[in-house]
Amino acid sequence: MVKSGTIILNTAARFLMPLQLMFSIFLLLRGHDEPGGGFIAGLVAAGAFTLYLFAFGVSATKEVLRMVDPRDLIGVGLLLGMISVVPAWFMGQPFLTAQWWTIPVIDFKASTPLIFDIGVYFAVLGSVTGMVMTLMEVDKDEP
Amino acid sequence: MGFVLAALSPMLNHWFGQRTSLVLALFPAGLAAWLALQAPEVIENGSLLLEWQWVPSLGISLTFLLDGLSLLFGLLITVMGACVLVYAGGYLKDHPDIARFHIALVAFMVSMLGLVLADGLLTLFVFWELTSITSYLLIGFNHADINARKSARQGLFVTVAGGLALMAGLVLLGIASGSWSLAEILDQEADLREHALYTPMLICLLLGAFTKSAQFPFHFWLPNAMAAPTPVSAYLHSATMVKAGIYLLARLHPELGGTELWVGVLSVVGATTMLVGAFLAIHHTNIKKLLAYSTIMALGTLTMLLGIGTEYAMTAFVTFLLAHSLYKGALFMVAGILDHETGTKDVTQMGGLRPVMPLTATIALVAALSLAGVPPLLGFIGKELMLESVLGADSFRTLLVLFAFLASVLTIAVAFIVALRPFYGQRHQTPLEPHEAPLGMLLGPALLALGSLLLGLMPAVLGADALLTATATAISGQTLEVALSLWYGINVALIMSIVSLGLGFLLFRRWDSVRGKLFALAPLMRHGPEAGYESMMNGIVLFSEWQTRLLQNGYMRNYILVMLATLIALIGNSILLRHSPVFTFDLDVRFHEVVVAGTMAMGALFATITRSRLGAVVSVGVMGFSIALIFILFSAPDLAITQLLVETLTVILLVLVLFRLPRFSNLSTSLERIRDGVVAAMMGILICLLIMTSWSIQQFEPISTYMIENSAPLAYGRNIVNVILVDYRALDTLGEMFVLALAAIGVIAMLKLRHGDGRHGENGNRENNGVKNADSSKVAAKEPYDG
Repeated sequence: MVKSGTIILNTAARFLMPLQLMFSIFLLLRGHDEPGGGFIAGLVAAGAFTLYLFAFGVSATKEVLRMVDPRDLIGVGLLLGMISVVPAWFMGQPFLTAQWWTIPVIDFKASTPLIFDIGVYFAVLGSVTGMVMTLMEVDKDEP
Repeated sequence: MGFVLAALSPMLNHWFGQRTSLVLALFPAGLAAWLALQAPEVIENGSLLLEWQWVPSLGISLTFLLDGLSLLFGLLITVMGACVLVYAGGYLKDHPDIARFHIALVAFMVSMLGLVLADGLLTLFVFWELTSITSYLLIGFNHADINARKSARQGLFVTVAGGLALMAGLVLLGIASGSWSLAEILDQEADLREHALYTPMLICLLLGAFTKSAQFPFHFWLPNAMAAPTPVSAYLHSATMVKAGIYLLARLHPELGGTELWVGVLSVVGATTMLVGAFLAIHHTNIKKLLAYSTIMALGTLTMLLGIGTEYAMTAFVTFLLAHSLYKGALFMVAGILDHETGTKDVTQMGGLRPVMPLTATIALVAALSLAGVPPLLGFIGKELMLESVLGADSFRTLLVLFAFLASVLTIAVAFIVALRPFYGQRHQTPLEPHEAPLGMLLGPALLALGSLLLGLMPAVLGADALLTATATAISGQTLEVALSLWYGINVALIMSIVSLGLGFLLFRRWDSVRGKLFALAPLMRHGPEAGYESMMNGIVLFSEWQTRLLQNGYMRNYILVMLATLIALIGNSILLRHSPVFTFDLDVRFHEVVVAGTMAMGALFATITRSRLGAVVSVGVMGFSIALIFILFSAPDLAITQLLVETLTVILLVLVLFRLPRFSNLSTSLERIRDGVVAAMMGILICLLIMTSWSIQQFEPISTYMIENSAPLAYGRNIVNVILVDYRALDTLGEMFVLALAAIGVIAMLKLRHGDGRHGENGNRENNGVKNADSSKVAAKEPYDG
């Protein structure tokens, strides 16, 4: 059904995917201050993979993802979300209180909301990519 | 922490192989030691509170209350836990699923410990439910056996149904007392017995406690739960879980006890359970069922003692509780040894085993004598005190004395059946050649039997200024001196004891013929509460089949219709009745806004009338992008970006699904189309009204001001939308993440399953699948913005 292999799409996808992924990370990191954030970034990244899926099909995309199954990404996302909850306990503060640390050398603000946001990113990425991929897989085998 | 250990136990299994049980047993043993160390302080001060803030903004914190009652229970749980783990190492040796067993057992132990230590009512409830679930897993451990599955389900249904009642009861208790902490409730001056909610609250709590503790008429699940491996029966169904209900009653006794309702219900139900349990016990020849029914009898006794509520009864309660846990745990483990070594659970098949299994026989004898209440064992003291407090009961005295006497005669018979029948008399042929059990399996029961003996000989260790005093004090709510001794002088209770021993022995000798006569009663038994449970379950199944056929008929359009109609009815009703809708038309719109809105309307219109699916998808997409435009016009870039991305992905998903759909055809009749049109139009009008109403009514100060002001200084972020998502409302987002993940897993599983099935359903179904797909991704994707 989805015809992969048109030259324009292939070339575009090959160049666009890394760009989109980089852009998604950019969106993710700046999300706290500027428009962006884990949710949007996750969607952009999922878009990147979807484009690649359309261009090269499921098996090629799986190769790009190598060992990573999108379904695992969902788990990673949820896990990160849960992890970000924990530090507050150690500081004796209520569950989910945001913690901020500044990493001195590069002046980077690390925080539990950031970890949480990364968790959102992975959960969204994993869910959407997983769904699209499964749909295409089923289609491929079902003439 | 315990749950982490439970999760790690398969790994431990890998490292330590067969010694895993021993290693795991170190954990409860360590906890027991820690609890024992706290004992002097608890005895001195009454109680200890350990607090851990959880979600203080919701008033939820993890607080543990350690007083005499929870200390006694905690010690029982941990010590028994250690014994049972060691025992299970022998019993389930080389079992392929032993890792799974360890996980469930340790998880259960931790839940149970949490239950008795919890201070918060909600914490207590959560742990209560956890014990039900882990118990379900343990009863159904042999999941290939249909009987085990059925019993596990029955236990789960009964206890969870009770759990629902309990939740209602706890909520009422929280409302009535104004506090969610047990320690505060117990300290309160105000008397809850006078409260208007007292009766419903008590009924709900009692339902919870009675189902959990297998009180008549909910007793039937416990004997069936004997489908579990014996270590589980020894641990859950004699010493710990079934006592959770008793624990709850004892815990609330100082605050709720003593009223007419309490005394009446508890003593009558307790006494009935006691008699019924003892009476049903002698029907059975299966050694585990015998013990299970005698456990029901013991649970009934405990409930009855709480009902009587005199000082004497409190002393009797704590002593009986301890004694019962020790001897019943030991007896169950002995039953397991017999089953394991002879291959049968039927006591009539066993006999003359003493020469082969001398140690087991000794343990069984000691424990059974304690059950029968023969001096100098702890069981004797417990029984003496029990009879004494029954004689001193304020209400229903004659009834209680009669029941207690009959029950103790029957119990003594049971004790003899269990301890003497298998070991003495003529040797029978058993399926397996019997031999002495391995050391690991003997250690636990030996320790418990020894405990029965030593504590019986030296009751002073428990009495004055020691553990049981603290426990009795915690239950009665006032300082109590517990003085235990083996000899109280010749009194009515002692005489009753001696007479019942004689009669019990007589019954044991004539057991075989008595049992034959009891078979005549069999048709009557079939109409017991269990039959009621069965017919109720069948009714539920029938009902759910009926309503599934009605509501879950597999057509997406029907689901949507029902959902929308409900929404319209509820919200429309509330808007029209409570707020008169305000229509303020403000025609101050700019040209480009009109264009965008017009595009949207045209998209919607086209989507409904087009006969091409692709056309519909595209026009829905047009609507989506127009919405994004509106977001941009009203300066909400985050929302606009999200909308764009979601729209894009939705179109992609829809296109993917589109190829799988059957040819477009018109299936609805024109009447159905009119109906759909009406619902759709009403929905549109409703949303319009809702927006206008919410615009005109401002009941509360909008929260956005606070969020905008504090976003940068408190949450260090200038993007408010993101700050709301990851900080202010992070808990909501976390929940949404799980929703999203579940939706994705659902979609993936559904597609893969259908695919792997090889059977491709009819077209109607397939259509459904696709639409659901796109729909759930869209819904899930949009949800994080709800908060």
